[in-house]
Amino acid sequence: MDSTTFVVLLSSVLFIIGVLGVLLRRSALLIFMSVELMLNAANLAFVAYAHRWAQLDGQIFVFFVMAVAAAEVAVGLALIVTIFRTKRSTNVDDLAALRG
Amino acid sequence: MNPDLPILVLLGAVSIASALGLLLSRNAIYAALFLVLNFGVGAVIYLLLNAPFIAVVQVSVYAGAIMVLFVFVIMLLGAERLSPGENPPGTSFQRPLAIALSGLLMGLAIYVLFARQPPAVAAPPPDSSPLAVGLSLFGPYVFPFEVVSVLLLVAMVGAVVLTRNR
Repeated sequence: MDSTTFVVLLSSVLFIIGVLGVLLRRSALLIFMSVELMLNAANLAFVAYAHRWAQLDGQIFVFFVMAVAAAEVAVGLALIVTIFRTKRSTNVDDLAALRG
Repeated sequence: MNPDLPILVLLGAVSIASALGLLLSRNAIYAALFLVLNFGVGAVIYLLLNAPFIAVVQVSVYAGAIMVLFVFVIMLLGAERLSPGENPPGTSFQRPLAIALSGLLMGLAIYVLFARQPPAVAAPPPDSSPLAVGLSLFGPYVFPFEVVSVLLLVAMVGAVVLTRNR
Protein backbone atom coordinates (compact mmCIF):
# COMPACT_ATOMS: atom_id res chain seq x y z
CA MET A 1 0.00 0.00 0.00
CA ASP A 2 1.46 3.36 -0.92
CA SER A 3 1.32 6.34 1.40
CA THR A 4 -1.46 8.15 -0.49
CA THR A 5 -3.80 5.17 -0.21
CA PHE A 6 -2.99 4.87 3.48
CA VAL A 7 -3.67 8.56 4.21
CA VAL A 8 -6.96 8.49 2.28
CA LEU A 9 -7.94 5.33 4.18
CA LEU A 10 -7.09 7.10 7.45
CA SER A 11 -9.13 10.07 6.26
CA SER A 12 -12.18 7.89 5.59
CA VAL A 13 -11.86 6.16 9.00
CA LEU A 14 -11.74 9.57 10.71
CA PHE A 15 -14.73 10.70 8.63
CA ILE A 16 -16.74 7.65 9.71
CA ILE A 17 -15.85 8.28 13.37
CA GLY A 18 -17.12 11.84 12.87
CA VAL A 19 -20.34 10.51 11.32
CA LEU A 20 -20.79 8.17 14.29
CA GLY A 21 -20.23 11.09 16.66
CA VAL A 22 -22.91 13.17 14.93
CA LEU A 23 -25.37 10.27 14.92
CA LEU A 24 -24.75 8.78 18.38
CA ARG A 25 -23.88 11.65 20.72
CA ARG A 26 -26.57 13.85 22.28
CA SER A 27 -24.61 16.92 23.31
CA ALA A 28 -24.73 19.67 20.69
CA LEU A 29 -21.10 20.50 21.57
CA LEU A 30 -19.96 16.92 20.89
CA ILE A 31 -21.90 16.84 17.62
CA PHE A 32 -20.19 20.06 16.61
CA MET A 33 -16.73 18.71 17.43
CA SER A 34 -17.53 15.63 15.34
CA VAL A 35 -18.37 17.91 12.40
CA GLU A 36 -14.94 19.50 12.83
CA LEU A 37 -13.41 16.02 12.78
CA MET A 38 -15.18 15.29 9.49
CA LEU A 39 -13.98 18.55 7.93
CA ASN A 40 -10.45 17.69 9.06
CA ALA A 41 -10.74 14.23 7.50
CA ALA A 42 -11.76 15.83 4.19
CA ASN A 43 -8.74 18.15 4.43
CA LEU A 44 -6.50 15.14 4.92
CA ALA A 45 -7.79 13.58 1.70
CA PHE A 46 -7.30 16.90 -0.14
CA VAL A 47 -3.66 17.17 0.96
CA ALA A 48 -2.99 13.49 0.24
CA TYR A 49 -4.18 13.82 -3.35
CA ALA A 50 -2.44 17.19 -3.77
CA HIS A 51 0.75 15.34 -2.86
CA ARG A 52 -0.16 12.41 -5.11
CA TRP A 53 -0.79 14.48 -8.24
CA ALA A 54 1.94 17.04 -7.44
CA GLN A 55 -0.52 19.95 -7.59
CA LEU A 56 -0.80 22.89 -5.24
CA ASP A 57 -4.56 23.41 -5.76
CA GLY A 58 -5.55 20.81 -3.16
CA GLN A 59 -3.71 22.77 -0.49
CA ILE A 60 -5.48 25.98 -1.55
CA PHE A 61 -8.82 24.21 -1.11
CA VAL A 62 -7.79 23.10 2.37
CA PHE A 63 -7.16 26.75 3.18
CA PHE A 64 -10.71 27.63 2.08
CA VAL A 65 -12.20 24.71 4.02
CA MET A 66 -10.42 25.96 7.15
CA ALA A 67 -11.81 29.48 6.63
CA VAL A 68 -15.34 28.10 6.22
CA ALA A 69 -14.85 25.90 9.32
CA ALA A 70 -13.81 28.94 11.35
CA ALA A 71 -16.90 30.87 10.22
CA GLU A 72 -19.10 27.85 10.96
CA VAL A 73 -17.67 27.46 14.47
CA ALA A 74 -18.25 31.14 15.28
CA VAL A 75 -21.91 31.03 14.24
CA GLY A 76 -22.55 27.53 15.58
CA LEU A 77 -21.15 28.23 19.04
CA ALA A 78 -23.16 31.47 19.15
CA LEU A 79 -26.27 29.39 18.39
CA ILE A 80 -25.38 26.88 21.13
CA VAL A 81 -24.88 29.69 23.66
CA THR A 82 -28.23 31.23 22.70
CA ILE A 83 -30.03 27.88 22.95
CA PHE A 84 -28.38 27.21 26.32
CA ARG A 85 -29.73 30.51 27.65
CA THR A 86 -33.34 29.47 27.02
CA LYS A 87 -33.18 25.67 27.52
CA ARG A 88 -30.37 25.42 30.15
CA SER A 89 -29.12 22.36 28.28
CA THR A 90 -26.99 21.36 25.29
CA ASN A 91 -28.81 18.05 24.84
CA VAL A 92 -30.30 17.90 21.35
CA ASP A 93 -33.17 15.71 22.59
CA ASP A 94 -34.43 18.70 24.60
CA LEU A 95 -34.74 20.81 21.44
CA ALA A 96 -38.20 19.56 20.48
CA ALA A 97 -39.98 22.91 20.10
CA LEU A 98 -40.45 22.40 16.35
CA ARG A 99 -41.96 18.90 16.70
CA GLY A 100 -45.16 18.73 14.65
CA MET B 1 10.29 13.59 -0.37
CA ASN B 2 8.40 10.36 -0.05
CA PRO B 3 6.95 9.95 3.46
CA ASP B 4 7.76 6.75 5.22
CA LEU B 5 4.84 4.41 5.62
CA PRO B 6 5.81 3.23 9.16
CA ILE B 7 5.75 6.81 10.48
CA LEU B 8 2.38 7.35 8.81
CA VAL B 9 1.01 4.14 10.36
CA LEU B 10 2.14 5.29 13.80
CA LEU B 11 0.59 8.76 13.29
CA GLY B 12 -2.58 7.16 11.95
CA ALA B 13 -2.89 4.98 15.06
CA VAL B 14 -2.60 8.04 17.33
CA SER B 15 -5.07 9.92 15.13
CA ILE B 16 -7.69 7.15 15.21
CA ALA B 17 -7.20 6.61 18.96
CA SER B 18 -7.77 10.31 19.67
CA ALA B 19 -10.84 10.35 17.41
CA LEU B 20 -12.26 7.36 19.31
CA GLY B 21 -11.50 9.20 22.54
CA LEU B 22 -13.58 12.11 21.23
CA LEU B 23 -16.39 9.73 20.29
CA LEU B 24 -16.47 7.89 23.63
CA SER B 25 -15.55 10.51 26.26
CA ARG B 26 -18.09 11.48 28.91
CA ASN B 27 -16.62 14.93 29.51
CA ALA B 28 -16.75 17.67 26.89
CA ILE B 29 -13.39 19.14 27.97
CA TYR B 30 -11.69 15.74 27.50
CA ALA B 31 -13.35 15.46 24.10
CA ALA B 32 -12.04 18.89 23.10
CA LEU B 33 -8.50 17.98 24.21
CA PHE B 34 -8.68 14.71 22.25
CA LEU B 35 -9.67 16.77 19.22
CA VAL B 36 -6.66 19.08 19.76
CA LEU B 37 -4.41 15.98 19.77
CA ASN B 38 -6.09 14.80 16.57
CA PHE B 39 -5.48 18.16 14.87
CA GLY B 40 -1.84 18.15 16.02
CA VAL B 41 -1.28 14.72 14.50
CA GLY B 42 -2.98 15.96 11.34
CA ALA B 43 -0.48 18.83 11.17
CA VAL B 44 2.42 16.36 11.35
CA ILE B 45 0.87 14.32 8.53
CA TYR B 46 0.58 17.52 6.45
CA LEU B 47 4.29 18.15 7.02
CA LEU B 48 5.07 14.63 5.78
CA LEU B 49 2.88 15.25 2.72
CA ASN B 50 4.88 18.30 1.63
CA ALA B 51 2.36 20.90 2.87
CA PRO B 52 4.20 23.06 5.43
CA PHE B 53 1.92 26.10 5.05
CA ILE B 54 -1.21 24.02 5.67
CA ALA B 55 0.45 22.36 8.67
CA VAL B 56 1.16 25.70 10.35
CA VAL B 57 -2.33 27.01 9.54
CA GLN B 58 -3.76 23.78 10.98
CA VAL B 59 -1.96 24.35 14.28
CA SER B 60 -2.72 28.06 14.55
CA VAL B 61 -6.32 28.10 13.25
CA TYR B 62 -7.70 24.66 14.11
CA ALA B 63 -5.77 23.59 17.21
CA GLY B 64 -5.38 27.19 18.30
CA ALA B 65 -8.30 29.49 17.54
CA ILE B 66 -11.15 27.05 16.94
CA MET B 67 -10.44 24.74 19.87
CA VAL B 68 -9.83 27.66 22.25
CA LEU B 69 -13.29 28.89 21.25
CA PHE B 70 -14.73 25.43 21.97
CA VAL B 71 -13.07 25.13 25.38
CA PHE B 72 -14.09 28.69 26.21
CA VAL B 73 -17.75 28.01 25.39
CA ILE B 74 -17.76 24.68 27.27
CA MET B 75 -16.41 26.37 30.40
CA LEU B 76 -18.64 29.42 29.98
CA LEU B 77 -21.75 27.25 29.85
CA GLY B 78 -20.50 24.81 32.52
CA ALA B 79 -21.69 22.03 30.24
CA GLU B 80 -18.67 19.76 30.45
CA ARG B 81 -20.44 16.81 32.11
CA LEU B 82 -22.39 14.83 29.53
CA SER B 83 -25.12 12.54 30.77
CA PRO B 84 -25.72 9.39 28.71
CA GLY B 85 -29.46 10.05 28.77
CA GLU B 86 -32.14 7.65 27.61
CA ASN B 87 -33.68 7.31 24.18
CA PRO B 88 -36.83 9.30 23.48
CA PRO B 89 -39.78 6.90 22.98
CA GLY B 90 -39.93 5.18 19.62
CA THR B 91 -36.30 5.87 18.61
CA SER B 92 -34.48 2.89 20.15
CA PHE B 93 -33.87 1.41 16.69
CA GLN B 94 -31.93 4.47 15.55
CA ARG B 95 -28.59 3.84 17.25
CA PRO B 96 -27.98 0.32 15.81
CA LEU B 97 -29.20 1.59 12.44
CA ALA B 98 -26.72 4.50 12.61
CA ILE B 99 -23.84 2.13 13.39
CA ALA B 100 -24.86 -0.27 10.60
CA LEU B 101 -25.17 2.51 8.00
CA SER B 102 -21.82 3.99 9.05
CA GLY B 103 -20.22 0.56 8.63
CA LEU B 104 -21.78 0.34 5.18
CA LEU B 105 -20.36 3.77 4.28
CA MET B 106 -16.92 2.66 5.50
CA GLY B 107 -17.12 -0.47 3.35
CA LEU B 108 -18.11 1.58 0.31
CA ALA B 109 -15.21 3.98 0.89
CA ILE B 110 -12.74 1.11 1.11
CA TYR B 111 -14.20 -0.50 -2.02
CA VAL B 112 -13.97 2.72 -4.05
CA LEU B 113 -10.45 3.38 -2.79
CA PHE B 114 -9.11 -0.03 -3.79
CA ALA B 115 -11.22 -0.69 -6.89
CA ARG B 116 -10.26 2.56 -8.63
CA GLN B 117 -6.52 2.86 -8.17
CA PRO B 118 -5.23 5.91 -10.05
CA PRO B 119 -2.27 5.42 -12.36
CA ALA B 120 1.15 6.22 -11.01
CA VAL B 121 2.50 9.66 -11.86
CA ALA B 122 6.15 10.55 -11.66
CA ALA B 123 5.80 14.33 -11.51
CA PRO B 124 8.22 16.28 -9.35
CA PRO B 125 6.62 17.62 -6.16
CA PRO B 126 5.46 21.22 -6.58
CA ASP B 127 6.93 24.15 -4.77
CA SER B 128 4.59 24.28 -1.74
CA SER B 129 6.36 27.02 0.19
CA PRO B 130 4.21 29.74 1.75
CA LEU B 131 5.37 32.00 -1.09
CA ALA B 132 3.95 29.65 -3.73
CA VAL B 133 0.69 29.22 -1.76
CA GLY B 134 0.36 33.00 -1.40
CA LEU B 135 1.01 33.60 -5.10
CA SER B 136 -1.67 31.01 -5.91
CA LEU B 137 -4.13 32.55 -3.43
CA PHE B 138 -3.70 36.04 -4.86
CA GLY B 139 -3.36 34.84 -8.45
CA PRO B 140 -5.86 32.30 -9.83
CA TYR B 141 -7.80 32.02 -6.56
CA VAL B 142 -8.18 35.73 -5.77
CA PHE B 143 -11.98 35.76 -6.23
CA PRO B 144 -12.67 32.86 -3.80
CA PHE B 145 -10.22 34.52 -1.42
CA GLU B 146 -12.27 37.73 -1.43
CA VAL B 147 -15.51 35.75 -1.03
CA VAL B 148 -13.99 34.10 2.07
CA SER B 149 -13.30 37.53 3.56
CA VAL B 150 -16.97 38.46 3.10
CA LEU B 151 -17.98 35.10 4.62
CA LEU B 152 -15.84 35.74 7.70
CA LEU B 153 -17.37 39.21 8.06
CA VAL B 154 -20.89 37.72 7.85
CA ALA B 155 -19.98 35.07 10.44
CA MET B 156 -18.59 37.72 12.79
CA VAL B 157 -21.71 39.89 12.48
CA GLY B 158 -23.90 36.80 12.87
CA ALA B 159 -22.14 35.69 16.06
CA VAL B 160 -22.46 39.17 17.57
CA VAL B 161 -26.15 39.46 16.66
CA LEU B 162 -26.99 35.95 17.93
CA THR B 163 -25.36 36.35 21.36
CA ARG B 164 -26.32 39.95 22.07
CA ASN B 165 -28.42 40.54 25.18
CA ARG B 166 -31.88 41.83 24.45
